[in-house]
Amino acid sequence: MSRRARRLGRGVALVGAGMSKFGAFADKTSRDLFVDAFNAMTKTVDKGVDTEDIEALYVGNYSSDLFEGQGHIAPIMADWVGLVPKPATRVEDACASSGVAIREGILAIASGLYDTVLVGGTEKMTNLPTEQVTDTLASASDAVYEGACGFTFPGLYAAMATAYMAKYGASVEHFMKVGIKNHNNGALNPKAQFNRSIKDLMNARIEKAKQKGEPVPYWRDELEFLKDPRANPVVAWPMRLFDCSPITDGAACILLVAEDLAGDFSDNPIYIIGTGQGSDHALNERKDLTSILASRTAAKQAYEMAGVKPEDIQIAEVHDCFTIAELMAIEDLGFFKPGEAFKATERGLTARDGAKPINTSGGLKSKGHPVGASGVGQVVEIWHQMRGEAGPRQVPGKDIRLALTHNVGATGGTCVVHIYQRR
Amino acid sequence: MTEEREFDSASFYRFLAEKKLMASRCKKCQELYLPPHPICSKCHGNDMEWVEMKGKGRLAAFTAVAVGPSFTIEEGYDRDNPYLVGVVELEEGPKVSGRIRGLDARKPEGIKVGTPLTVEFMEQEEGRRCFVAFKAR
Ligand SMILES: [Zn+2]
Repeated sequence: MSRRARRLGRGVALVGAGMSKFGAFADKTSRDLFVDAFNAMTKTVDKGVDTEDIEALYVGNYSSDLFEGQGHIAPIMADWVGLVPKPATRVEDACASSGVAIREGILAIASGLYDTVLVGGTEKMTNLPTEQVTDTLASASDAVYEGACGFTFPGLYAAMATAYMAKYGASVEHFMKVGIKNHNNGALNPKAQFNRSIKDLMNARIEKAKQKGEPVPYWRDELEFLKDPRANPVVAWPMRLFDCSPITDGAACILLVAEDLAGDFSDNPIYIIGTGQGSDHALNERKDLTSILASRTAAKQAYEMAGVKPEDIQIAEVHDCFTIAELMAIEDLGFFKPGEAFKATERGLTARDGAKPINTSGGLKSKGHPVGASGVGQVVEIWHQMRGEAGPRQVPGKDIRLALTHNVGATGGTCVVHIYQRR
Repeated sequence: MTEEREFDSASFYRFLAEKKLMASRCKKCQELYLPPHPICSKCHGNDMEWVEMKGKGRLAAFTAVAVGPSFTIEEGYDRDNPYLVGVVELEEGPKVSGRIRGLDARKPEGIKVGTPLTVEFMEQEEGRRCFVAFKAR
């Protein structure tokens, strides 16, 4: 079956992006976090934005219902930033909720319906004890068939990790190196939940033991620290605590406008030139357990629309909810051949100063993963990096003209990819 | 073997309680579905039939879960007593998720993808459905 090339009815530009601090905030609700993100976003709009000009809101949120006992959050978010009675729509696609919200915002502008759209994401996860968070996240997989036999969300990625290890010869150390790299980046991000390197966290642990007069642990390096089950317990083997993104409260917002209006808002707008989205089966029905069809599908659509190739992309924020997920993502996106991502990571190619910097924000691993806000959170990093405003974590020696975000829902049931251009 | 049952999860679990691992098969293109799908994703036909799987396969992917959902904590599992769950590729082709037994969940590094397994049906507990499990052959 042939299909005409997909394109947007008109171009869409990004003219502002901001996020709340990511972390655990006992006193903040999802709406408070959303207001923080909105205020951070408006500050980044070079020529300012009048709220009166914003025509609609699309907000990603996975499960305020279960996390906070609050459903129907879109009008509340709209109200708290002053948008009522404008249309406000909540998008739920698990951890890809706000990535898909971005796409809905793009489509609404491209259709000609709106000129100016606010897109955000918000999630307040730390109210619940860990067991209930585990249950809530597990409900994003197939509850009838996967959840019923005891698969958890980390467990499904852990299973993909064992398939990846068996197929390509990767070891647990290769997963750990993804976490070390992302924490090195997150250490430079003041908005990150864990803005410390794993080496710093290790040294802090040693210092604490000394102060308390407890036996002082000895670890030769970060890898030895990460292999110590007391420091880094197994969650679902081979995924340990430091292979998993944390439980996070946070929100993020971006402002999208029709391309021909970009100059009214911004001196240095970013154009969204490719969008793609795909779906996939439950894990057991996938032909290949080491690759996500939704990712490959979304990437192909986005590359085709943008008219660019994987090798043209200079930096990317990819969905590293677990360390194995980053390895699979950078293969599915075509940055590395299947089975090569773990070697590329080991060689430093995905580090901030490498050939293909991945997750310069710290990724979900270190920056934090407030699930429904993570997709828009990724764009905040791309915005800062492309405009040369990422401060100490600015990618060195690159004039960034093309970037990509990759946001996955749960174990890959949904994936959305966007490609960004600075002209 | 044909059975007059709906191609839904209730039928699948009822078969499990009868110690049968049943897939649906598209009569038009012969594609097998486990769990049973009512509509064929390959040819989009909706004329399906039930087929019993022999229950023999190999471990395709697995994990030892240390931090499980609430119901596994009630079953007595925790950090010190993890359980195994995985994806098993059946001889007939389809893969299925299930609990894995008879292998040491405390030593997952010693478990090999490719290990031959046979289906087991976990006992139905009060208020919970029977679900798929496999044990090492
Ligand atoms: Zn068929």
